[in-house]
Amino acid sequence: MTTSAIEDLLRELTPQVLGMLVRRNGQFEACEDALQEAVLAATVQWPAEGLPDNPRGWLMTVASRRLIDQMRSDHARRERESATATEVVPEDVPDTDDTLVLLFLCCHPTLTAASQTALTLRAVGGLTTAEIARAFLVPEATMAARISRAKQRIKAAGSSFSLPEGAEREERLRVVLHVLYLIFNEGYTASSGSELHRTDLAHEAIRLARMVHAQLPEDDEVTGLLALMLLTDARREARTTATGDLVPLDEQDRTKWDRALIDEGTELVKASLAGPALGPYQLQAAIAATHDDADTAAATDWAQVHALYLVLERIAPNPMVTLNRAIALAETEGPQAGLALLATLDSDERMAGHHRLLSVRAHLLEKAGDAAGAYEHFRLAAKSTASIAEQRYLESRAGRVRTS
Amino acid sequence: MKFLISMHINPAVLDALTDAEKAAIGDGHGAFIEALKKSGELITTQALVDPSQAAVVSVRNGQPVVTDGPFLEAKEYLGGFYLIDCENKERAIELATQIPDTAIEGLGVEVRQVMFADGQLEA
Repeated sequence: MTTSAIEDLLRELTPQVLGMLVRRNGQFEACEDALQEAVLAATVQWPAEGLPDNPRGWLMTVASRRLIDQMRSDHARRERESATATEVVPEDVPDTDDTLVLLFLCCHPTLTAASQTALTLRAVGGLTTAEIARAFLVPEATMAARISRAKQRIKAAGSSFSLPEGAEREERLRVVLHVLYLIFNEGYTASSGSELHRTDLAHEAIRLARMVHAQLPEDDEVTGLLALMLLTDARREARTTATGDLVPLDEQDRTKWDRALIDEGTELVKASLAGPALGPYQLQAAIAATHDDADTAAATDWAQVHALYLVLERIAPNPMVTLNRAIALAETEGPQAGLALLATLDSDERMAGHHRLLSVRAHLLEKAGDAAGAYEHFRLAAKSTASIAEQRYLESRAGRVRTS
Repeated sequence: MKFLISMHINPAVLDALTDAEKAAIGDGHGAFIEALKKSGELITTQALVDPSQAAVVSVRNGQPVVTDGPFLEAKEYLGGFYLIDCENKERAIELATQIPDTAIEGLGVEVRQVMFADGQLEA
């Protein structure tokens, strides 16, 4: 078995084994630490000594032993816990899939988004602290402290290892989806730095979204989020040049788009839109599908894109949505209409000086024939972004509008 | 998101502080570093030697020219920095307010997002 196949297997087994450990022993934080050590041991031993007959049982046994060691060193608890911990670990197959329960726990509302993300990747995604630290470009010690703090918070909040009920369940699921969306975006567009694609995180987010979708196939927003990720990821190859420069949607080589992903994503969008609930992820996925459906940029059904943004704006008002609607409006009714809509965002504090507002305005000014205004706004936008790839792109647009 | 919190010090202002005030600044930074480490937001922090020890380097006609002393003739100099990784700019600013220098007139604390990074970070 190759190293990467072993890693895949470990990632798949992590939430299952963690779920079983927590069900048997309680103490999410201690179990999670013990399993992390077992996973690290497996990454060393399995490639060298071959895969054990029962990898899940192996992880369960090794993690349980670590857990016992931890408990034994805890004097106050020694007597009570050594009794349970010395039980023989059965050859178990999980009768319930605990992935959702774990996700809900990792996305606990008392945690910051950065902590929810890190903990989810470790406890559910099965990534090591070192891998997560690398993905977010921070030292391992920083990531270790963040994960440890997150687990202390969950412990302090006294969460039980069970699915929340009713409205709380619904609310927590939204947080879970948001965290998966953040992981995907972090991978797809690094929020800072020179690397535009951080592939592993995007793929990890898709894998986790598939897991949630398998558990909740009837939830239209889960389906919508998975579709959105697939439809966005389908354009990955076309999104940058060989030298790492950004290629905007209207200039992308659409033959490089991944048809299989588009087809799968489109099917999922259709299924989700046929369901009873309409949510932001489904709408964003429907917009992505509309773009992906056009063979050329000119063939884009902008009226449909605009209509979808209008609905999105109604059910989830957000200045970024209005901003995107302005682009669609400019395509259907001309740049002045788009600029007029942008003007409504000027008083929004969340958008003041935001590079996206500046760059969209620059783009619409260019379309309207105001080269000087476009140049000025492309330059301002380039100064305001924290992404080097985007900055390079905006500067090139500024250069292009000046010489035209 | 990564931010650099830079501390711009004024040696004259620092010299005018009492020993107790200087000790309070040191303790404040110590507590700040501990809190940042525990929360998993600290990447690294460094403090620099006195600006009088700086050397300004330029190359003219292929020849290096080295002058002692700081580049800018200013009252304030870069004294040190915190490199942090936190939720957003609001959080970075909230953290910056915990730095003791912010309470002292004449010392500057500046927050800027990081745009590019390379090299291995060991902490």
